[in-house]
Amino acid sequence: MSEERVLFEHESIARTLRRLALEIVDATRGTERLALVGIRRGGVPIAARLAALIAESEGKSVPVGSLEIALYRDDAATALPDPKIGPSHIEFDVNGRDVVLVDDVLQTGRTVRAAIDGLLDYGRPRRIWLAALFDRGGRELPIAADFVGRPVELAPGEKLFVEIGEGSDRAWVRGRS
Amino acid sequence: MSSAPHAPRHLLGIRGLSREDVTSVLDQAEVFFEVSRRPIRKVPTLRGKGVINLFFEASTRTRTSFELAGKRLSADVVNISTSTSSVTKGETLLDTVKTLEAMQPDILVIRHSSSGAPHYVAERVGCSIVNAGDGAHEHPTQALLDAFTIRRAKGTLDKLVVTICGDVLHSRVARSNALLLSLFGCEVRFVGPRTLLPRDVSGYDVKVFDRLEPALEGADVVMVLRIQRERLEGALLPSLREYSKTFGIGPRTLAWAKKDAIVLHPGPMNRGVEIDPSVADGERSSVLDQVEAGVAVRMAILYQLAGEGGDARAAAS
Repeated sequence: MSEERVLFEHESIARTLRRLALEIVDATRGTERLALVGIRRGGVPIAARLAALIAESEGKSVPVGSLEIALYRDDAATALPDPKIGPSHIEFDVNGRDVVLVDDVLQTGRTVRAAIDGLLDYGRPRRIWLAALFDRGGRELPIAADFVGRPVELAPGEKLFVEIGEGSDRAWVRGRS
Repeated sequence: MSSAPHAPRHLLGIRGLSREDVTSVLDQAEVFFEVSRRPIRKVPTLRGKGVINLFFEASTRTRTSFELAGKRLSADVVNISTSTSSVTKGETLLDTVKTLEAMQPDILVIRHSSSGAPHYVAERVGCSIVNAGDGAHEHPTQALLDAFTIRRAKGTLDKLVVTICGDVLHSRVARSNALLLSLFGCEVRFVGPRTLLPRDVSGYDVKVFDRLEPALEGADVVMVLRIQRERLEGALLPSLREYSKTFGIGPRTLAWAKKDAIVLHPGPMNRGVEIDPSVADGERSSVLDQVEAGVAVRMAILYQLAGEGGDARAAAS
């Protein structure tokens, strides 16, 4: 039986994002070298929201980009072609920056591995950080997030969905409970 | 693109493609267009895949474009052209292709002077075939890169007026473009000397003109075709000078098209014959954009064909 249950409502997610934004600026000691890159497609609206929150609290805007990772997947032979791929947008110079990769859900770590490879094709950041709104465990690569919104425990068959939009943030679970 | 499960998929022509198929290639080409503008213009996507460019007809730009497309996707690319192959020793097309197939390529890109050669090969091998131009029949990747260039310049492909000018009779570029643009409701016009226009255009949704002025009136896009000098020998053309005066695209004739019309040419250009240098290098010329688009569109084609396709994708998700 496949059923759907809401895990977090808008207020709860909004509060988590505010905390993440503060943690990021704190760790990178201000916004001078900071840049955010959302991993397509789930990380993109989260990166945009974090950038808006940082601009609000610090009074400075930070560059934001998005990164398509399908071209860097490690299962290319069987998973290609992905009909939903879209262009990356990284319009700033990544050299020497503190770049925070942003994703909605961290699980196996394979997406992050692909994103690191992709980002390095744009230059050599001073440091790459990782922020994930949700961490559901189940790593298959030695990868850890620097900033985690919330850890969540889910059964193996369950899938976590995240929707980020002004006033309508929501996270829900579908699958065997 | 045909996508029967487990069977290799091919790009043999624009005929048979749907509007959705074309849009999907163009959308994906945007991804690869961005890749070609990065500091490192290479992605690991087709690592371990093999692409063979088999050209039975001379071509520098198309072959280079396919070669770069494959290399920017990290595929292993091998180029074979007739002057260096066993074809000159009398080996048949099928023997050549079967020999190459035994080397396990994933994709074979073929250009041949005989119409239908890539189709003939596709029925007899187990790898994907891309038609890089077959006789006067089709040149699908050229039509796709033209469409990509037009869409970027005009913001849409829908319902444009496109005039294709010159040696339409012998042009696979004209045929593939007419088929593609009709999918988007464009008005496609063929114009040229009567001796270089097809007598029968059934199967193509086009209007045929033998005078330039009415053909250019209201045109959003002017596609200029190369005039091949050997047409003079066949008495299809009186002289290049005469052609240039009547059908050449220069500042005077281009003024008949829309003010914001763009000019395309598949190259290589005969400056001063079918196109005036001031137009070729002018601000309405999209000729170099076409070259850049060519690599991105061919990357999208290789990307779509090199995967295992529908079944494997469904199983993996």
